[in-house]
Amino acid sequence: MIGAALWQRPGGRLGLVLLATVLLVVLFAPAVLPPPYLQPDLEQGRFLPPGAGHLLGTDDLSRDVLSRVVAGGRVSLAVAAGAVALSLTLGTLVGMVAGYAGGWLDMVLMRLVDAALAVPRLFLLLIVVGIMERIPLGVLIVTIGATGWFGTSRLVRAEVLRLRTLEFVRGAEALGAGHLRILGRHLLPNVLGPLTAATTLAVGDVILLEAGLSFLGLGVQPPTPSWGGMIFWSRSDLVTAPWISLAPGVAIVLTVVAVNLVGDALQDASGEQPR
Amino acid sequence: MSALLEVQDLRVSFPAGSRRVQPVDGVSFSIARGETVALVGESGSGKSLTSLALLRLVPAPGRIETGASLRLGGADLLALEGEGLRQVRGRRIGMVFQDPMTSLNPVLTVGDQVAETIRAHFPVSGAEARQRAKALLGEVGLGDPAARARQYPHQLSGGMRQRVMIAIALAAEPELLIADEPTSALDVTVQAQILELLDRLRRARHLAVLLITHDLGVVADRADRVLVMYAGKIVEQAPTAALFAAPAHPYTRGLLASLPRLRGPRQPLLAIPGNVPEAAQWPEGCRFRPRCPDAFGSCAGDPPMIAIGPARTALCWLHDPSVGGRPR
Amino acid sequence: MSQPLLEVRDLVRHYPTGQWLRAGPAVRAVNGVSFDIAPGETLALVGESGSGKSTLARVLLRLEQPDGGTVRFDGTDIFTLDRRALAAIRRRMQIVFQDPSGALNPRMTVGAAVAEGMEIHRLGTPREHPARVAALLEEVGLDPSLAARYPRALSGGQRQRVVIARALAVEPQFLVLDEPVSALDVSVQAQVLNLLLELQRRRGLAYLYIAHDLAVVRQIAHRVAVMYLGRLVETGPTETLLAAPLHPYTQALVSAAPDPEPGARPARIVLSGDPPSPSAIPAGCPFHPRCFLPARDARCHSELPPLRPLGFGVVACHHAASPPAAPGPTPPS
Repeated sequence: MIGAALWQRPGGRLGLVLLATVLLVVLFAPAVLPPPYLQPDLEQGRFLPPGAGHLLGTDDLSRDVLSRVVAGGRVSLAVAAGAVALSLTLGTLVGMVAGYAGGWLDMVLMRLVDAALAVPRLFLLLIVVGIMERIPLGVLIVTIGATGWFGTSRLVRAEVLRLRTLEFVRGAEALGAGHLRILGRHLLPNVLGPLTAATTLAVGDVILLEAGLSFLGLGVQPPTPSWGGMIFWSRSDLVTAPWISLAPGVAIVLTVVAVNLVGDALQDASGEQPR
Repeated sequence: MSALLEVQDLRVSFPAGSRRVQPVDGVSFSIARGETVALVGESGSGKSLTSLALLRLVPAPGRIETGASLRLGGADLLALEGEGLRQVRGRRIGMVFQDPMTSLNPVLTVGDQVAETIRAHFPVSGAEARQRAKALLGEVGLGDPAARARQYPHQLSGGMRQRVMIAIALAAEPELLIADEPTSALDVTVQAQILELLDRLRRARHLAVLLITHDLGVVADRADRVLVMYAGKIVEQAPTAALFAAPAHPYTRGLLASLPRLRGPRQPLLAIPGNVPEAAQWPEGCRFRPRCPDAFGSCAGDPPMIAIGPARTALCWLHDPSVGGRPR
Repeated sequence: MSQPLLEVRDLVRHYPTGQWLRAGPAVRAVNGVSFDIAPGETLALVGESGSGKSTLARVLLRLEQPDGGTVRFDGTDIFTLDRRALAAIRRRMQIVFQDPSGALNPRMTVGAAVAEGMEIHRLGTPREHPARVAALLEEVGLDPSLAARYPRALSGGQRQRVVIARALAVEPQFLVLDEPVSALDVSVQAQVLNLLLELQRRRGLAYLYIAHDLAVVRQIAHRVAVMYLGRLVETGPTETLLAAPLHPYTQALVSAAPDPEPGARPARIVLSGDPPSPSAIPAGCPFHPRCFLPARDARCHSELPPLRPLGFGVVACHHAASPPAAPGPTPPS
């Protein structure tokens, strides 16, 4: 029913189509592209402009830009999905425990969250990234995910506090339901609605964050391609070979716009659901 | 008695998918000065929407269908726009809502809120408006009005807030007061005070009062006439005493039979079967037919409005002698 | 009278107010309440907002801890029970709330909601649940096919029937009914009241019926307890208490109750003022600032009147006097 509501909104429909296109290309293009698609094309050469042989041209190492955008998309989107899934889980867990338990536990958790929220996220990331020599992809995902749940936990806690005053939660208690049942069957499903919209918007944030980190040379390390990294490593050729940075740039913009459109429409649609 | 407010064939429609539904469907009535008329109905009957339509406050995308006529003391309410409409809202028609908490501005003192309304309608100085505000707060029964005027809504009890709402509604000296469930959010003992107050003000100011309620008990005590609304139509109108003595429409009879009584012999409640249908699911013909114990063949057609006594009408085939109805 | 099912003694519940180091005046919601309910009996608890009646209900079911007093259910003190024993006793006492739209989880089907109690208390095997759900829905007057629907597809009256079926699923002996019909339309109110009476007859349930509407109370209750600012001020058989109330507050409540019987009403008593806040309860008799009895005196300002037997019930008033001829008690049919 929420899918239908999403489809009825022009913004939601456009977002879904865009997002589906990006995902299809990123996931299935390698099957279509000529193998070995990530190898440098030494015959044709460096800095080829977009054309018949290479749809989006080649870069400074004679690599096909289209192939790298596709491969970079897999990395960038995986980082985004992994990090958001992690911060969603952490935020939901902490928010639900704080909101449900209340008392000193709630107070301690929320003061910690306040403190963490007061530090800029990029600064936290720079500290973690700074103390490590080389950053494996997994560490990058965990780092971004673990610094992104503070806002989510506040949102979840507020929703749990609201739901707890509703009679169906008290009714479940009176029926003899234990804490786990109340958390899992009564609170969690009702928290997920408002959370979905916020999460989709967070995906856009994380894609930009990863691009930013990679652009600063602190994110995904070469030769692994990522959208932000591609822009970073091609910055010196921006004027002579703009297609190398333009292609991943357009990919970032399209994905973020698509995700935000879906997120906005979801927020609208969930606002219409009866509470 | 000449009518102050005259409503003819009021219809309010809302889009529902590809068609429009009419939650208010051909309502006609009038109210004279000094008279309290009760508009009674259950949720979904269209009674609140009717009152909003009188102030031209039907929420979008709803609209008043053409063909209706709303006249207040001779003025055509439907022809008004802009400033003219503002002069009627608040100035000639005052409105009291159910929940006095959400209808008051929490960051202004109640004295300022009354004074502001006075200044919106009369060219008086701030000091003069504050004086009048205090007098009004006294008139609606707040003890020590000078002190109360300096308080904020959250410092007052529910009953006091409703008194402030009534003072605001009266600030522009309206001729018609619409009270939409004015006591439903209040405790029983406070409810009695507010109804008493409305009655006193009606007499003192010669107001016409439209009392919108679901509570037949409130009606019996306070109204001169009753309009019973079901599924967008007024199905019965009658002087209060006559209605309670001998309800003519099967719906009114059903309502009275399903109402627990505090006095008299204790009887089992006779509930009306089924639920109040929504506007999109109103049946053809008489809309009460599926729940009516007396329904017969003719009820498949739209029921006629039959005059059944002095100032009494019923929208029911049972009272139509031409189809062999069985008047009761 | 048979052995009471529920025995409440000197129950107290106060809420602290204020923040951190600055303590405000405590909200004294329940201030020493005692009553019994017999098996199969309905006691109505009547009071206005702030009287503490809903707090009392929550404490009775141990949804909140009291600050004093005991509640015995079938002889067991429910505040000394460990978790397992508490779960077992909760199966036998259930609650139905006022607002049927908030009382059901919007993400659970009707069938899942009704079956939940059976799952928690392992009543029957999961394979038997659908049939039991269907039987329960039928018992409360609903079509069993509604089990697959979500609460938002139901009307207010249907939802309240689902809430009742959900409570009955664990086969309780005692139901707390917290204003179960006050959010419903008049014509639907009667249906639900009749259903509650029928269920009581069929299953021998005991009810604590919390209400502000005296006409509804008259329809359903055997006895009435009137609560004012956290204390009982009068208790008695329904018919005598409503026909000849002894406490001035009860008299005012009866007099203020709207009644669809024009002309039939005795002289009206309109109380002045609002019920005081439970955080600032007047000294002496809590009702004295609003009292209208000609006999009231200095004692009412200083001395809390104890509950004393009078007529067919008990009254907490220094000056209440038994009426000359009170009609005999007639239990509801």
